[in-house]
Amino acid sequence: MPAPVITATDLTKKYKDFAAVDGISFEVAPGESFGLLGPNGAGKSTTMRMVGAVSTRTSGDLRILGLDPDEHGPAIRSQLGVVPQQDNLDTELRVRDNLLVYGRYFGLPHSQVAKRADELLEFAQLSDRAKAKVDDLSGGMKRRLTIARALINDPRILLLDEPTTGLDPQARHILWDRLFRLKERGTTLVLTTHYMDEAEQLCDRLVVVDKGRIMAEGRPAALIREHSSREVLEVRFGSDRNEGAAATLAGVGDRLEVLPDRILVYAQSGEEALVEVTKRGLEPITSLVRRSSLEDVFLRLTGRTLVE
Amino acid sequence: MTADLRTDTQHRTGGVRALYSGNARAVVARGLLATRSTNWIIVLTGVFEPVFYLLALGIGLGSYIGGVTDTQGQPIPYAAYIAPALLAVSAMNGAIYDSTWNVFFKMHFGKLYQGMLATSLGPLDVALGEISLALLRGAAYGTTFLLVMQALGLNLSWTALLALPAILLIAFGFASLGMGITSYMKTFQQMDWIAFVLLPMFLFSATFYPLTVYPEPIQWVVQALPLWHGVELVRGLTTGAIGPAMLVHVGYYLVMVAVGLVFTTRRLRALFLD
Repeated sequence: MPAPVITATDLTKKYKDFAAVDGISFEVAPGESFGLLGPNGAGKSTTMRMVGAVSTRTSGDLRILGLDPDEHGPAIRSQLGVVPQQDNLDTELRVRDNLLVYGRYFGLPHSQVAKRADELLEFAQLSDRAKAKVDDLSGGMKRRLTIARALINDPRILLLDEPTTGLDPQARHILWDRLFRLKERGTTLVLTTHYMDEAEQLCDRLVVVDKGRIMAEGRPAALIREHSSREVLEVRFGSDRNEGAAATLAGVGDRLEVLPDRILVYAQSGEEALVEVTKRGLEPITSLVRRSSLEDVFLRLTGRTLVE
Repeated sequence: MTADLRTDTQHRTGGVRALYSGNARAVVARGLLATRSTNWIIVLTGVFEPVFYLLALGIGLGSYIGGVTDTQGQPIPYAAYIAPALLAVSAMNGAIYDSTWNVFFKMHFGKLYQGMLATSLGPLDVALGEISLALLRGAAYGTTFLLVMQALGLNLSWTALLALPAILLIAFGFASLGMGITSYMKTFQQMDWIAFVLLPMFLFSATFYPLTVYPEPIQWVVQALPLWHGVELVRGLTTGAIGPAMLVHVGYYLVMVAVGLVFTTRRLRALFLD
């Protein structure tokens, strides 16, 4: 196995007494697509900032491309592409100039940056907007421009913090397609997300993070197999009747999870569980059978839902 | 607090390598491109303010005022007395405008520095680049004003040519300290304090009349302020009253540049590379 591009060992970041990141360890292999899945405030962004060499750790060890970010910040950052949670495009510059100027920040020669900027505009499907003002772009376009900008220095690792948060479904799918292409080309991706579908689509391997700690680690499918049943039956009885219905449902499927608005029945077969529910004389207002997802893994591990 | 800072520096052993990539010119290039494409008209308007003062007070009011002397006691016209002061002020204004309000917006709203510091740029690159931009603007204002003075016959000696490097130094000092101070500002109200300090400094730094009108303790206060040193330095050069005291003025600005750079760099690191 090739040497990992990121090695975190017992990585900790404290703000006064609060530990935003509380002793997490992980490795990322070159070419791998690695995800940090967790709710808001889990410490994902703080971890990303440390990996991006813009935040120093309180304790533990961190090596990015074999270097210590505390000592080699600029050298590490020259090999990274960063897509922050909130776009920080240069609104005083036009679309293509954003790429040119950003390339210059890395000290790259103009001719090389100009060629690369045109390729990246093509990749981000923004060639026809090269001269547009940044503020006139849609949310999805801004996001794609931010990703194009992060690629200007041909980085060895691309860090994406919540890449599709706040985008409409269509814009998300376009973005996923672009990221998937990068992955196919062998770019190492590290991304945080609180969307399970995003994690399932893009990540080869992920860690589930909650309250600054790693709750589980593995491939998405393996995590689901390990921590959840094959299928899930979701039934709704109306908010004040869920609790009562749950008592009657005891024993149906492998396990029950009662949420404020619905009951989740974890079972090998959702359809068979539904038959059992009706046999017991209950008539749910709505019912839905689906495959288990990372959302269920998270719920199982933390007792909470990802998007609250 | 001091203890915190100390552990902080010990923790970061990267030294200059972690702060500086020798690429401040990329920050300057970005600033010039942004100015060209968005706000060059606003930049232009700043040139006129000291010219208006010169016309109103120097030429207008000045025709009623006599008996003014240069720093070595030679009688000179009133307009020639206040013009170098206004020259120093124009360099200061240009530098301050760019290094305070512009920096404040980039820091808190544009997230520009966050983006820059995610690249191989270090905080010292950003500080040097932004301060250079402010310096350029101060120099542009100053040069324009110096040409106006020449046209009005207010440069009394060939040494007025040396006022050019002098206003560069003045602009560098104010740009550097201005950005350092701005980096500590969090709200608009705090930013207003800068204007609150600048106005009296502009009016009372021996700009419009000699320092000797003040009682001695007040003179000390004025002599501690940066603008007074700028005014005296430039006035000596444009009127041809050269003296060793000028070295003190130059020294004052060199210290100001150094202090501003250290504070700005330290603060950018604390804000964006915590």
